[in-house]
Amino acid sequence: MRELHDKQVEMFIGQVLRAGVLLSSFVTLIGLVLYLAHHGSSIPNYHAFHSVSPMLRTVHELIPYAFHGDSLAIIQLGVLLLIATPVARVAFLVGAFALERDHMYVAVSGLVLVILLFSILFAR
Amino acid sequence: MNALTFSLYILGGSLLAGLLGSLTGLGGGVVLVPMLALLFKVDIHYAIGASLISVIATSSGSAAAYVREGFSNIRIGMFLEIATTLGAIGGAWLATRTPTRGIAIVFGLVLLYSVYLSFQRHDDEIVPQNKWSDRLKMNGAFPAYDGQEQKYSVKHISGGFGAMAGAGILSGLLGIGSGAVKVLAMDHIMRIPFKVSTTTSNFMIGVTAAASAGIYFRRGYISPALSAPVMIGVLLGSLFGAKLLVKSKVKPLRMIFAVVIFFLAVEMIYNGWVGNV
Repeated sequence: MRELHDKQVEMFIGQVLRAGVLLSSFVTLIGLVLYLAHHGSSIPNYHAFHSVSPMLRTVHELIPYAFHGDSLAIIQLGVLLLIATPVARVAFLVGAFALERDHMYVAVSGLVLVILLFSILFAR
Repeated sequence: MNALTFSLYILGGSLLAGLLGSLTGLGGGVVLVPMLALLFKVDIHYAIGASLISVIATSSGSAAAYVREGFSNIRIGMFLEIATTLGAIGGAWLATRTPTRGIAIVFGLVLLYSVYLSFQRHDDEIVPQNKWSDRLKMNGAFPAYDGQEQKYSVKHISGGFGAMAGAGILSGLLGIGSGAVKVLAMDHIMRIPFKVSTTTSNFMIGVTAAASAGIYFRRGYISPALSAPVMIGVLLGSLFGAKLLVKSKVKPLRMIFAVVIFFLAVEMIYNGWVGNV
């Protein structure tokens, strides 16, 4: 009984993950095409490391640029959607374990979710 | 080289890396980072950032297919993810404090060890019962080849947990999925059947990589114009690889790829040693 339920939950979550990957790669692809259309002839330099501009690494600064059609900000939005995909998976599992009244694993998956959110939002 | 040609080269290279990674079972990152660093002379921090993103994409993209086979064990995976995510945060922290040369050498060594592990096969030794496995509800069953259900239990949970923290550190430091170390922890230490280990490990890789990817993102290590062709290339390559795996005999191919990865590992160690990265 438990096995069957687990498998259904996993199938559903598998589909959610696939949708997340499709959506984020689609957004990233749009950004890449726009970038190459506008800056295709510029000369890139990735040899020397200087961290990308603050506008491209802060969520609240990046989103307005993305919606105004800034190609690099659109790519970063796609990347953020992709990072959010496994986080959504863990969040779904917290819910699924709660429905099964499996308190121990609500705690386990809840802890993983807290660690993930901490690292994504606060850790340096 | 202008941005358009560069992006096309990166796209093609990443496609190949994704293909190689999926056929050897080692993941796209292990080929990608040396390729970007040695061939395209990309700074290793950018290379690792782009690789982490591609690792999340391939792991999440293939999860649905793995679930259908019915081997993965979500409780074991979730429990061990506590260790891998904490390890990944530690690894991302270490990445800022380790010189580039050191990262290259550690990368090469992990690569060598992964190739060695991928050729190690031993027969599953089913654990009949374990007190802690019962308490943590880790027992499971999978469809065996004769149509019967094979029940299994898990042992050495604390040892496996520790090894998983190590896998997380390597993932955060090197930008790889460290699938080989995860399988080592589950298959060799916890005695989880091989099929269950590999599919559960694939499930865990995306969550582990997300833990350090957020940190890399906010540090500005994820360069959009580089990550975009890498992510799309690796994803397409690994999807193609998964199709090939079903259709063709890959044993001779695996041997060739293992040799390629062996040389990549030696190159990484050499270039790290002489300071050429």
